[in-house]
Amino acid sequence: MSTLRTQKDASTTPPVSLTSRRGWWHRTRDGAFRGAVTGSVLVGLAVLVALIVQSLVEGWPKLNWNLITSFPSSFPEKAGIQSAIFGTFWMVGIVLVVAIPIGVGAAIYMEQFADTEAWYNRFIDVIIQNLAAVPSIVYGILGLAFLARGFLNLGPVVLTAGLTLSFLVLPVVIIASREALRAVPSSILDGALALGATRWQGVSRQVLPAAIPGIATGSILAVSRAIGEAAPLLLLGALQFITFNPTGLNSSFTALPIQIFNWVSRPNVGFHVAAAAAIIVLLCITLLMNAVAIWLRNRFQQTW
Amino acid sequence: MKRIRWIAMVAAVMAIALVGVACGGDEPSDGAGGDGTAALSGDIRIDGSSTVGPLTEAAAEFFQGENPDVRVTVGISGTGGGFEKFCAGETDANDASRQIETDEEELCTTAGVEWVEMQVANDGIAVVINPENDWADNLTVEQLKMIWNEGSTIDNWNQVDPSFPDVPLELFGPGTDSGTFDYFTDAINGEEGVSRTDYQATEDDNVAVQGVAGSKGGMAYFGLSYYEQNAAQLKVVAVDGGSGPVTPSLETVQSGEYTPLSRPLFIYPSAEALQRPEMAAFMQFYLDNAQSIAEQALFVPITAEQTAAAQAVLDGIVGGASPSAE
Repeated sequence: MSTLRTQKDASTTPPVSLTSRRGWWHRTRDGAFRGAVTGSVLVGLAVLVALIVQSLVEGWPKLNWNLITSFPSSFPEKAGIQSAIFGTFWMVGIVLVVAIPIGVGAAIYMEQFADTEAWYNRFIDVIIQNLAAVPSIVYGILGLAFLARGFLNLGPVVLTAGLTLSFLVLPVVIIASREALRAVPSSILDGALALGATRWQGVSRQVLPAAIPGIATGSILAVSRAIGEAAPLLLLGALQFITFNPTGLNSSFTALPIQIFNWVSRPNVGFHVAAAAAIIVLLCITLLMNAVAIWLRNRFQQTW
Repeated sequence: MKRIRWIAMVAAVMAIALVGVACGGDEPSDGAGGDGTAALSGDIRIDGSSTVGPLTEAAAEFFQGENPDVRVTVGISGTGGGFEKFCAGETDANDASRQIETDEEELCTTAGVEWVEMQVANDGIAVVINPENDWADNLTVEQLKMIWNEGSTIDNWNQVDPSFPDVPLELFGPGTDSGTFDYFTDAINGEEGVSRTDYQATEDDNVAVQGVAGSKGGMAYFGLSYYEQNAAQLKVVAVDGGSGPVTPSLETVQSGEYTPLSRPLFIYPSAEALQRPEMAAFMQFYLDNAQSIAEQALFVPITAEQTAAAQAVLDGIVGGASPSAE
């Protein structure tokens, strides 16, 4: 009751008592904070909406089935992104097969088996955190020097690109998986151990299944990041003109961000329209993957 | 129950993983058609200059229309980056917006990669200004050098010539990786790579077009094709290389009259790759159709004499014994 009256006072008459002055200040601060956080959301949303609307408006004339089924061409009206879409899918496949088992394995070690007090484990921890912040072009240089050339000498092929992107997202997968494993209450493992299970049995049959929704969400978000990468692929020799889809791991390739990058830097305005349409397709693929991540999380989430 | 969930989770993840692989696996029949006659087949990898890239892309597209079993791929690592790959034996030919440099020659020779040089088109660099600019229709090479040279502090048009009005100068140009930058700095400033650095550098020439179109005192340089594409928003400068101002155009670039800002564009096929019939056929096709390819890619075609010279080079390496022997 007293609060109510204070509020009323503040809005009608100048504050007189100490409590009402403080109430006014609290409410102003409350409103300002609310405005600030709402503004933060709106800024992010506005950027996204502007990007989507601009791409849709510019790319609309080219956004049709032909864009998806055609190969690149020097005629903008005939140009399409089939080889780019398939190249992107191939790389996503490689990333899922390579980065996720290794990433999850590393996370299980770090969370469940490692002695967190040991200096070398703390060292590894710091390294992984730092690797997550390394610019993607550096991974491109790594891939070029050690995978495409050098010891492995794989050449500028889709396997090289997939492995390079795997390295790129590996720290993100590890960090997300560790968070997911840590969120599983320790009582689950303790219970298993108390019943005579080995540590491996406890982790593999109780902790890991419980953490899978979080791991899957983090992994798919990491893969979504890999889909949007252009810089390391450029360095690895992704092509601008390729009229066939990858036929194997040692096939030449291109990817959607590469195709977009090439088209926006062409003088012919027709290619800018094609690039805008390709951006929409890329956004749709990313959105689809994020939707799968959310669905997985909601479908399999458990609460204790 | 829990186990079933767990299996479902893994199955879902694996399904996504397999989509890419499975989808790609369906495709090989697409490219390698069924006719097993004497038709040409094989892969040709070309990389190099992003200026020449669209030209080779057009050539590849037309060629594949006639030879569907030959798969030509084109990358755009830049002239220098392309030569690095070419000399490492990773590509069959390199697109180049300038001639091969001595260190690149050494790199190739050390690696045992032999090459030949063929001119495939002509390019002109257009110096452009804002359409509202009515004082700088003609500029001499000296004036351009004054503006663009290393250490230049000119930031107003009236510093270029006292008769020019007091309008701030806004400069746009390509980044230092581009062949256009190498060529312009060599031709105007006298030494390749020497330039003032306080201009807006961009690999995307479209940014320069927008910049100049939006600023009365703006100035930029890029390929003539970019100017022709955006002629409505820009005005091109006639450059005086010592014998009167010349406006860049198809004729003045082809004849070399537009000096010093017109240049030949090259492709460097490797001698070894040319021994393969599909590669020899592709280069022959490139030359035979140089006219339509250049027009498609918005470049200035080579003249009859330039075609004959390139044909002689090609005949010298392919002719004689090899095509029938392979």
